[in-house]
Amino acid sequence: MSDQPVAAAPGRARLSPRKKQKITRGTQYVVLGVVLGALLLYVDWASLSQNFAKGDVAEKALPELFTIALRNTLIYTIGGFVLAFVLGLIFALMRISPVRPYRWIATIYIEIFRGLPALLIFLLITFLPLALPGFEVPGGTYGQGILGLGLVGAAYQAEVFRAGLQAVPKGQTEAARSLGMSAARAQFTVVIPQAIRIVIPPTTNQFVSLLKDSSLVLFLGVSGQYVELAKFGNDLASQYANATPIMVAGLTYLIVTVPLGYLATRLEKRKGSGR
Amino acid sequence: MTPAIEIKGLHKYFGANEVLKGIDITVEAGQVVCVVGPSGSGKSTLLRCVNLLEEPTEGTVHVEGIEVTDPDADIDSVRRRIGMVFQQFNLFPHMTALQNVMISQRRVLKRSSKEAEIVARDNLNKVGVSDKCDAYPSQLSGGQQQRVAIARALAMDPDLMLFDEPTSALDPELVGDVLAVMRKLAEEGMTMLVVTHEMGFAREVADRVVFMDGGVIVEDGPPAQVIGDPQHERTRSFLKRVLHPEG
Repeated sequence: MSDQPVAAAPGRARLSPRKKQKITRGTQYVVLGVVLGALLLYVDWASLSQNFAKGDVAEKALPELFTIALRNTLIYTIGGFVLAFVLGLIFALMRISPVRPYRWIATIYIEIFRGLPALLIFLLITFLPLALPGFEVPGGTYGQGILGLGLVGAAYQAEVFRAGLQAVPKGQTEAARSLGMSAARAQFTVVIPQAIRIVIPPTTNQFVSLLKDSSLVLFLGVSGQYVELAKFGNDLASQYANATPIMVAGLTYLIVTVPLGYLATRLEKRKGSGR
Repeated sequence: MTPAIEIKGLHKYFGANEVLKGIDITVEAGQVVCVVGPSGSGKSTLLRCVNLLEEPTEGTVHVEGIEVTDPDADIDSVRRRIGMVFQQFNLFPHMTALQNVMISQRRVLKRSSKEAEIVARDNLNKVGVSDKCDAYPSQLSGGQQQRVAIARALAMDPDLMLFDEPTSALDPELVGDVLAVMRKLAEEGMTMLVVTHEMGFAREVADRVVFMDGGVIVEDGPPAQVIGDPQHERTRSFLKRVLHPEG
């Protein structure tokens, strides 16, 4: 905003810009106050806290909340992330390959798995043993969850990698090739290490996204020692007919996702300011 | 003696655009040849055809008697003997200066890390940046980066060097350092094909100056002739613009 006094046009402009701004801001505070007041008046806080934040029900979630649920969420997520990372890199390299069928396969895979709801993939995975008699996903329930997250994550991660690989200037490959490196050697020694630096921030976001999607493991019909946060919260909520465990599970997600989100933002800023 | 570079009937198209329209040029071992000409004349493309960074559309390129345009040629092994220096330096930003000079010795020539480091330090010393071994490219000035890039090429013990406008991206006060290194190389007898706008360098260092315009070689001869007493009107008008930009 300019601090210079603006000469009022004669006969007009009864309000200076600064005064106008003051009124607008004042109105916004009034609206906020009214909405908050209405909430305080009309919401039944006792019943709300009874159902969503009941202390003794929350206590029932401990210690399994961390020893089983969070632990499993992290197992599914990290396993899925590793699979997505490896598959994603392979699909990204295929997508920019000079071999046309590789490009087709990668493109089709990426479009399908980005286009389908992750939930659908998980539902299909439960039918795999029917479709392929005798086939069993290695690692049992963990394996199924990791497979689902990995297959979905790979499609997104492939696009992240592709963008990263294409962000490395062409001159880098040319320099490597003119030093006598083969095309593959140049990729692995010069291009991929730089691409990985570029993709660290979006990959961190990708991890957060997988962590949230790990809640879909719920639909694999897991139980007992295999439950992750969402299923764990949901089961306890049914047991006590109270939503508090779901809130507790939600908070536990936030404990992990919020710091990771900040980390991604910081990494992005650092990238922007050079090495 | 086999010429270092022998180019015959070279044509290069980018789509329908003919950038090189039949180039014949030979560079003998030990010669320094400067290619000058207006931008868009095809100088850089010509240079990039020598180590096949650009694939010639037509014609042959021989490097030390080996036909690099032969589809069966082992281009990686030919490139090992051709050092290339780029306008934009193209150092590897994720490696220190020392690592930049070591990496291809290690990976391509399979030298031990000890030997590669000795060779790298020698060459960084030679180009005058031995105090910057542990710096990353982003911490170096353009002139220092370009000298590291020259050291990186030299560490492969090339038989010939290609320079693609090596000083065009530099601040004026940094040009001299790079030219001094190139002059030293020339004095040591390195075979050099240099695309440049530095007329002073071409006049003093080159054995031959080649003037290109519109995808053809207009004039080719000793610097005293091509720069001092050009025979063609196109060469004359180009030199006039370069040497006396304000007319």
